[in-house]
Amino acid sequence: MKRSKITKTFIRLKKKDKKALIPYIMAGDPDIKTTEELILEIERSGGDIIELGVPFTDPLADGPVIQKAHYRALKNKVTLKNILDLVKRIREKTTIPLVLMTYYNPIFKHGDEDFIKDAVTSGVDGVIIPDLPFEEARDFIKTSKMNGLDTIFLLAPTSTPERISMITNASRGFIYYVSITGITGAKIEGIDQIKNSLEKIREVTDKPIAVGFGISTAVEAKKISEWADGIIIGSAIVRVIEENLGSPSIVDKVGEFVKTLSEGIKEVQSSEFEKNHNSKLLTPNS
Amino acid sequence: MRLPDKKGHFGPYGGKFVPETLMPALEELEEAYKNSKKDALFQNELLNLQKTYIGRPTPLYFAKRLTERLGGAKIYLKREDLCHTGAHKINNALAQALLAKRMGKKRVIAETGAGQHGVATATGAALIGLECEIYMGSEDMERQALNVFRMKLLSAKVIEVSIGSRTLKDAINEALRDWTTNVRTTHYVMGTVFGPHPYPLMVRDFQSVIGKETRTQILKAEGRLPDYLVACVGGGSNSIGLFHEFLEDKDIKMIGVEAGGLGIETGKHAARFAGGSLGVFQGTKSYLLQDSDGNVLPTHSVSAGLDYASVGPEHCYLRDEGRIEYSSVTDDEALRAFELLSEIEGITPALESAHAIAEVIKLSPKLPKDNIIIINLSGRGDKDVQHVAKIKGIEL
Repeated sequence: MKRSKITKTFIRLKKKDKKALIPYIMAGDPDIKTTEELILEIERSGGDIIELGVPFTDPLADGPVIQKAHYRALKNKVTLKNILDLVKRIREKTTIPLVLMTYYNPIFKHGDEDFIKDAVTSGVDGVIIPDLPFEEARDFIKTSKMNGLDTIFLLAPTSTPERISMITNASRGFIYYVSITGITGAKIEGIDQIKNSLEKIREVTDKPIAVGFGISTAVEAKKISEWADGIIIGSAIVRVIEENLGSPSIVDKVGEFVKTLSEGIKEVQSSEFEKNHNSKLLTPNS
Repeated sequence: MRLPDKKGHFGPYGGKFVPETLMPALEELEEAYKNSKKDALFQNELLNLQKTYIGRPTPLYFAKRLTERLGGAKIYLKREDLCHTGAHKINNALAQALLAKRMGKKRVIAETGAGQHGVATATGAALIGLECEIYMGSEDMERQALNVFRMKLLSAKVIEVSIGSRTLKDAINEALRDWTTNVRTTHYVMGTVFGPHPYPLMVRDFQSVIGKETRTQILKAEGRLPDYLVACVGGGSNSIGLFHEFLEDKDIKMIGVEAGGLGIETGKHAARFAGGSLGVFQGTKSYLLQDSDGNVLPTHSVSAGLDYASVGPEHCYLRDEGRIEYSSVTDDEALRAFELLSEIEGITPALESAHAIAEVIKLSPKLPKDNIIIINLSGRGDKDVQHVAKIKGIEL
């Protein structure tokens, strides 16, 4: 099967001993036009893959910062359809991999199959659905695979060995390791536990692992990127947006922040741990 | 076939739609619940508490004056309002608190709308010695101020939820976020037959004591089964609790009554079967009041306990099967029922339960005098007295 754009991105970075920086922004926060500018600015500032949030009234996996972003976007009446249109437009300007992060109901309402086809047609590369566990997603995974949309599933610190094995199997593009037992934007405690967890996951998969939830500073990003293949930053970026609402320099401010994160993690050389795993890392996903 | 299936599906409804962090906890809960059913010690403790603490069996009362006033079928009230803490909620909350202890959890959390489930959970936690925090929407805290104070008396911490619509659904979101964060030490006492599997199954089982007692009681009183069962449906636990025992008795008609609010046509209601469509919300697939983009719509009901955008998945299944019929009554109809039952029976029902009474006020006169209706009087109305006075413009 053809390698997806997300997979190719990880391979390209890996060859240069680099880690993927995956910033998250809420589409339509503060408005669709700014989101377009933010995507391009984040790419210029060193983002490798971008997660685009889809606003939902009941974002139960999100902490206060991203919750507020959901409500700001909803206030602007931003819908899944608007976001797919946005992706279509931005595809004339950039090929950066775009991943939608959305709760399941907006997709379910759109229709699973229609969503998958529309997303791929618009130029979406992957989808993360925090409230759709793989058990409920068998058809979704199958149809996504057929259409070339990467399904990225979450692993948590509470995941059992059986679940780790099934979830790594179901994930395509990368595996999203949730760094904390909690919601987005919470504080990371015991950063070294992340290393142990990633080692356990590496025992059963060669797929790239990105770590997210709770990484808020360049220092944390740098530290975790020694063990992970990618770093996802959400709340910290959304907070920059929130602090600069109404300001003409909102896009620049986000760019500056992404740059500091990018410079931090790009310094990191492949650690001994990963060198040991190099032989089986990043084989194309099937 | 016995439902739900192994994955918690009732036909196309139900399931588990939660973030990965919670999935192992649901598996643990399912296992613990299954084992508790086979554990004689646990069952005896529950049975004993039902009898000596909750006050079960609750009476089945023949409402003679209401029957005469309406001039139709004989009306019985299953008096869940006489349960300790004043509503059926304790049947489930106490059982889950026992289960939490059995699982070695030190802390329980819960959401509450009308406050009854919060009070019941706080009570269970106090009895068993668990730490307890209750999430409640700020709008509901205002409507149900009395219950907020009761929970505090029971040494629970009440956490105000002032994001979103500031009602039950947002309290559930916050409770789920808390659970996601503290899942290793905390049990989430969901208050109704909603959310991810195994809650719809487990809460139904804990509430089905209502129907089991009712069967024995009506057979003793009338020598036969009733013609109608009527109960209000918010999430749907008191109604399932009454109905479930009788699902195989095909001659019994069952009516679930939703909150019609200001009227279905106004859009300000919580009648999921009248205005909703299939959706995935707070852990389960069910009927949902949502817009065309899949966002959840605000709801309205005079009764906080029915003011919710979705409904238990088993209800959807039983509706499709034609086994239960669903109707709705408006705020005004419920308020009139609230007053009527107080006036002529000396029983002030919860505004939730008043919806079931209101349905029977319309239904009963059309039925022959030898018909029997049983209403689940799911809770008492003390908590609503202040709110009703305010609606009537009376200063207390």
